[in-house]
Amino acid sequence: MPVDTARMTKVFSRPQSLTEAHFTYCPGCHHGLITRIIGQTIDELGIAERTIGIAPVGCAVFAYLWYRCDALQVAHGRASAVATGLKRARPDRIVFSYQGDGDFASIGTAESIHAANRGENITVIFVNNQIYGMTGGEMAPTTLVSQRTTTTPEGRDPATTGYPIRFSELLAQLDAPVYITRQALYDTRRIMDCTKAIKKAFQNQVDGKGYSLVEILSTCPTNWHMSPLQANEHVATTVTKVFPLGDLVNKGA
Amino acid sequence: MERSVVIAGFGGQGVILAGKILAQAGMSHGLEVTWLPSYGPEMRGGTANCTVILSDQPIGSPIVDEPSAVIALNLPSLDKFEPTVAKKGILLVNRSLIARDVKRKDIVSHAIPINDIAAQVGNLRTVNMVALGAYVKATGVVPLDAVKRAMAAAMRDGGKEKLVEINEKALDAGYAAIP
Amino acid sequence: MGERYLLRGNEVIAEAAIRAGCQCYFAYPITPQGELVEHMARHMPRLGRTFIQAESEVAAISMVYGAAAAGVRTMTSSSSPGISLKQEGISYIAGSNLPAVIVNVVRGGPGLGNIAPSQCDYFQAVKGGGHGDYHMIVLGPSTVPEAGELTMLAFELADRYRTPVMILADGLLGQMMEPVELPESLELSKLPQKPWAATGAKGRDPNIILSFDLSPENLKRMNLELQAKYAEIRKNEVRWEEMDTADADIVVVAYGSIARIAKTVIRMARAEGIRLGLFRPITLWPYPYEPLRDLADRVHTILTVEMSAGQMWEDVRLAVAERAASPFYGEMGGVVPTPNGILSEVKKYAR
Repeated sequence: MPVDTARMTKVFSRPQSLTEAHFTYCPGCHHGLITRIIGQTIDELGIAERTIGIAPVGCAVFAYLWYRCDALQVAHGRASAVATGLKRARPDRIVFSYQGDGDFASIGTAESIHAANRGENITVIFVNNQIYGMTGGEMAPTTLVSQRTTTTPEGRDPATTGYPIRFSELLAQLDAPVYITRQALYDTRRIMDCTKAIKKAFQNQVDGKGYSLVEILSTCPTNWHMSPLQANEHVATTVTKVFPLGDLVNKGA
Repeated sequence: MERSVVIAGFGGQGVILAGKILAQAGMSHGLEVTWLPSYGPEMRGGTANCTVILSDQPIGSPIVDEPSAVIALNLPSLDKFEPTVAKKGILLVNRSLIARDVKRKDIVSHAIPINDIAAQVGNLRTVNMVALGAYVKATGVVPLDAVKRAMAAAMRDGGKEKLVEINEKALDAGYAAIP
Repeated sequence: MGERYLLRGNEVIAEAAIRAGCQCYFAYPITPQGELVEHMARHMPRLGRTFIQAESEVAAISMVYGAAAAGVRTMTSSSSPGISLKQEGISYIAGSNLPAVIVNVVRGGPGLGNIAPSQCDYFQAVKGGGHGDYHMIVLGPSTVPEAGELTMLAFELADRYRTPVMILADGLLGQMMEPVELPESLELSKLPQKPWAATGAKGRDPNIILSFDLSPENLKRMNLELQAKYAEIRKNEVRWEEMDTADADIVVVAYGSIARIAKTVIRMARAEGIRLGLFRPITLWPYPYEPLRDLADRVHTILTVEMSAGQMWEDVRLAVAERAASPFYGEMGGVVPTPNGILSEVKKYAR
């Protein structure tokens, strides 16, 4: 039966805040989904004209290509410090950094902790996929015990490499942050929850409340050597046991 | 004409401040000046010194091999700087803390009981101003009044206005200690 | 003559930065430039501007990157070991065509070294201490008033060429006091417009600030653009000072604190009948090769004096080539050459 599109109502479309550029992410990876949710959030809050995004080093290095807003690409691990400088220079702009687990929780440890501790009025999106995707599947600070990576070929051994670091819990010990939450995207309900969390993290900044962090448990089917469905299942059943979902700090909720 | 002085003593004797006040007085008097401190660990407990140059010409080097005057408030300072004083230069020695005589015969030296004078003035912490008063009399490099004004300004900046009077007395007492 | 203030080099650099319109300053404390950080801590918040004591030098230069990208005048300062940590950020700032001012109050090295004056970071400053084919404009003040003037200039050049500019001072200049007339404060509203800055894409296409392109052809093009900028800077911005060179037989080449000590040596040498002159590079990058080359044709000896093992000496020899004898005298580890010390070196070459 021919479809009369003229009589149909459009209920879903690309967010205005995203460009037409194609994502460079692997199939099944959650980065694309997160990017879309951020774009949608920027649309909903009507802040595209005053938002500045910060792209990290890692799989999201091209993040500056996806958003229809000003953006910086910065040194590995320094995104939270750059965000600090940017936000202090332009306090009325909306600044968000997008950082992977290596960027945020390893090489940028100091910058991440101190931006949070100063209570910078910024939004940090922390994508935790427990692996270094871009450089070839090496161990991340968040890699699970026994997980095989190209630098833990026999599986992560805590005796020599320590344990997966729960960075959001570390930051939750600080007095300044107003919102720290861990979310996931392995099913529709989690996607809805994560969308709300990202919106809240941006809304907090718009309202001048202070530092907000959304950690998102993401997948890396390519380097996990799983199908996208297996990867989702892995997050749901295994990763969330090490990294429990939910709000860690939610001031004035 | 370029006049230089090294003011040296224990950390805490106020040599750095004395140098600043002298430099400030020189600048107010229309001279070119430089003030160069010893800095770092020396400031905290060991010996401290600063070099002040006053000149009616632009000053090149802020470092001097042979200062035209040295104020030695303790023995280590005398040992270190006596050999450096320029020929016919001036050496002020704190007799209160230094028992030995000056060895050099080709300079003009004055041994003054600086700590004792400061005690008579009523505050041992005015040692630096007693020394500075004596230096001003011995060299005539700037008027004593200019030094007094610079000192008063420094005290005010440090929120220690009530110490102006006693430091003025110390400057006068040091000035009077040189024949 | 305006009012003269007796101030330390560190304080004058800080105050000049404020008067140049520096809106964001980020630093981590280190001797011998503590007074600079403290001056900014006292005065920037009072003016409604940003002062952050950063968690590290790495963070401080990254904050500078952010503020520069946002289009405001911004500065960081440190001393040698801290400047080493800033090299990553400096490379990114150069690669992203961002204007920023970096102050290095150099101390003795390598490693922790000490806190005494030194010029041992010359290579790091002028040859590119970070990764990649980049340069900074490097200014070497010789007196406290000049430290203020060159700080003002540093902000101007940084904006004009969208490049990092370094003030290469040393512990002696940072710590000493001298009378100085402070420059007039610039009005923030009259500073250069920066339409390229990341300020929010309102009514225009997005501005993207980066130093990254995976395509070799594109990255080569970015590099060629950088090199074209450097050629322009070399053409326009070479600065130097000569003193008593007209009739000189011997010339001392020195920058920064050593150059002012050399001025005293000239007086001493001439009193003894030695026709000594001074050539003082003010821009250390771009280096004044050509005027020094011209001078080398007119004198028999060009003596380089430095507080290093002979780092600037390499540039002097590039300029002089074989036109004149080109000996070197240097001190290291925080030892400062004195007027007598330099004079006795000069006498070795007097004929």
